[in-house]
Amino acid sequence: MSIILEAREVTKQYAGHKALDKVSISVPEGSIFGLLGPNGAGKTTLIRIINDIIAPDSGKLLFKGKEETNKLVEQIGYLPEERGLYKKMKVGEQALYLARLKGISKKEAQRRLKIWFEKFEINSWWNKKVEELSKGMQQKIQFIVTVVHQPKLLIFDEPFSGFDPINVNILKDEILRLRDDGATIIFSTHNMASVEELCDHIALIDNSKKILEGRMKDVKNAYKTNSYEISYKSDIDISNILTNGYKLLELSEEEEIKRAKVRINNNDNPNDLLKALIPHIEIHSFNEILPSMNEIFIRKVEENKTINQPY
Amino acid sequence: MNKIILIIKREYLTRVKKKSFIIMTILGPILLAALFIVPVYVAEMEGSKKVIGIIDETGIFMPQFKNTDNMQFLKLDMDIETAKKNIANNDLYAVLYIPKTELSVPQAAKLYSTGQPNIIVKGYIKSVMRKEVEALKLRASGVDPGILKSIKSTIHLLTIKINKAGEEKQSSTELSMAVGFIGGLIIYIFIFMYGALVMRGVIEEKVNRIVEVIVSSVKPFQLMMGKIVGVALVGLTQFALWVIFTMIIVSGFLSIYSTDISKFKESQLQMQTENIIPTDNMQQNADVNESVIAVFESIQSINFPVMIGSFLFFFLGGYLLYASLFAAIGAAVDSETDTQQFMLPVTVPLILSLALAQVIITNPDGPIAFWLSIIPLTSPIIMMIRIPFGVPFTDLYLSFALLILGFIGSTWIAAKIYRTGILIYGKKISYRELWKWLKYKN
Repeated sequence: MSIILEAREVTKQYAGHKALDKVSISVPEGSIFGLLGPNGAGKTTLIRIINDIIAPDSGKLLFKGKEETNKLVEQIGYLPEERGLYKKMKVGEQALYLARLKGISKKEAQRRLKIWFEKFEINSWWNKKVEELSKGMQQKIQFIVTVVHQPKLLIFDEPFSGFDPINVNILKDEILRLRDDGATIIFSTHNMASVEELCDHIALIDNSKKILEGRMKDVKNAYKTNSYEISYKSDIDISNILTNGYKLLELSEEEEIKRAKVRINNNDNPNDLLKALIPHIEIHSFNEILPSMNEIFIRKVEENKTINQPY
Repeated sequence: MNKIILIIKREYLTRVKKKSFIIMTILGPILLAALFIVPVYVAEMEGSKKVIGIIDETGIFMPQFKNTDNMQFLKLDMDIETAKKNIANNDLYAVLYIPKTELSVPQAAKLYSTGQPNIIVKGYIKSVMRKEVEALKLRASGVDPGILKSIKSTIHLLTIKINKAGEEKQSSTELSMAVGFIGGLIIYIFIFMYGALVMRGVIEEKVNRIVEVIVSSVKPFQLMMGKIVGVALVGLTQFALWVIFTMIIVSGFLSIYSTDISKFKESQLQMQTENIIPTDNMQQNADVNESVIAVFESIQSINFPVMIGSFLFFFLGGYLLYASLFAAIGAAVDSETDTQQFMLPVTVPLILSLALAQVIITNPDGPIAFWLSIIPLTSPIIMMIRIPFGVPFTDLYLSFALLILGFIGSTWIAAKIYRTGILIYGKKISYRELWKWLKYKN
């Protein structure tokens, strides 16, 4: 898998504080890359540097292995968190303007916008002023103008804010389809549920440093706790069976079905746990508990806090 | 380059298509033309003959009132009370009552009318009576009015400038004053109106949160310059349309009413000269001709290529200098109400230059005039005021050069503030903060 975008030791200093401290990330081509981090961690600064809106104090950006920022903006589509449109301008006129600023011809822009407007069934908005549209409607226009020039790399900063659940789904489908068509997507959000759902790679930035990066699967495996959830039917007390190294974390009961969360030792095989349980209880399900992104996020950020402030 | 043209186009077209622009473009020339037309039109409206009844108890003044195209004077043989009662019935415009007084110098003359009496009528009555009273007083002190007329003179002081080569040039201070001041005033208004427009445009983009979308496609500098140039073109368009429309309206009006106007002028001239003895009349005409010639000569004395060339240069140079500063202010704030603290240092030099116009005119070659016409922040207005008085070319070129440096400098500073400011929301910015922004790398 080739790397479409690489940031190497990017540092940005503002008067008083460091916004980015030697941050390096590698975004694989064709991935959906989650850029995560608490508020003020430096995500937006990094995104702005990638978009060539601001320049780093030191460090490099490589696009497809080459260090050329020229014409790069035309290969990137950026949906900023702070986004909006000219209120008094007509929708169509505005979409054309923004598309042409990305370097596509008027004719081509018209053709592509027509396709998008038909897809979102918003043809009738073309001659409306933006201020006549609802916030959700404006977001759709904003999404279209972000992707209309068919960029290789798309950067979405909190793309779902302002959308209702139905439109969030439409948008998610569009993002996945864009990925399938060959685009790479950098996705920055605080919504961990959508990260789990969409991303295959993630990087976590906290306090202007990157503290975690990798494939989602690998990250989850690295942070798994060897815990399993068992749902079963039985009248006996499960804690009596769980000896030699098994640790019962939690026990809950819901009508006849009981649920137990059990941690095993690192080297142990879950089959041994099953073997120990089968003679005593009627097992309905047996799952490994993988940490959620939410848990990993909170854990890493908390850890980082104690590292930074040891006393 | 293509992108900056796209931006200029958008900035230009959205403003030119606005209702307020169209209304201003139509209303402006109408108001301007009205300045020319209304006085003529009002006089025209009141052109019908007005009959003014006179009850002259002194018997001195009545013979002096001569009928004109617009006014007819009628001796009334009735007492004032009856005349007052019948003013409307007799189709009289007004009744002039001159009571008899001891000194034959009536202080108590009264003009009765149904409506507000016309200023021309009032003026005419006053001048007739004044002349007669003056003549009476002169006779009483034993002076022959003829002598007075012969000694009455008009002086035209021709001011002639001699340059180093010894060439003489006629000049007219009044005209220089007017031309220079109007040039400076136009630049002042243009900078304020369109500089503020640039500022509001920047604030609008920040408030709408569109600015980050756009700077992901173009450089912040391109966006800023596109806006400044676009707005400049809007201003030039409006200015050109005003000049053209005003000319069309005025010339159209003149061609329709030209006959009436010449009549009107004739009658005015008649009014003025009615009571003047023929020799005096000629004298006056000669005076008029002389001063017209003098004005024309001094108009020729103004170096128009320099004047117009400098006007265009200072007009654009001044605008570019200030518009970039206005753009920086717009970028540093979140709303128009926050602009106050930054507006002051920018507007002070502008207001100061206009306030000092009087000083400059009195002493156009003095040190204040020199320095203010060299410093870029004040030079666009002050130099315009100085030019008609004759400015050494070295001063002019120095001023040009510094203004070019000035707007390159201000654009550079503004660009730095702009590209940081547009991305910062919800923070009150201080001057110290701005200073930090200037030091940020790219």
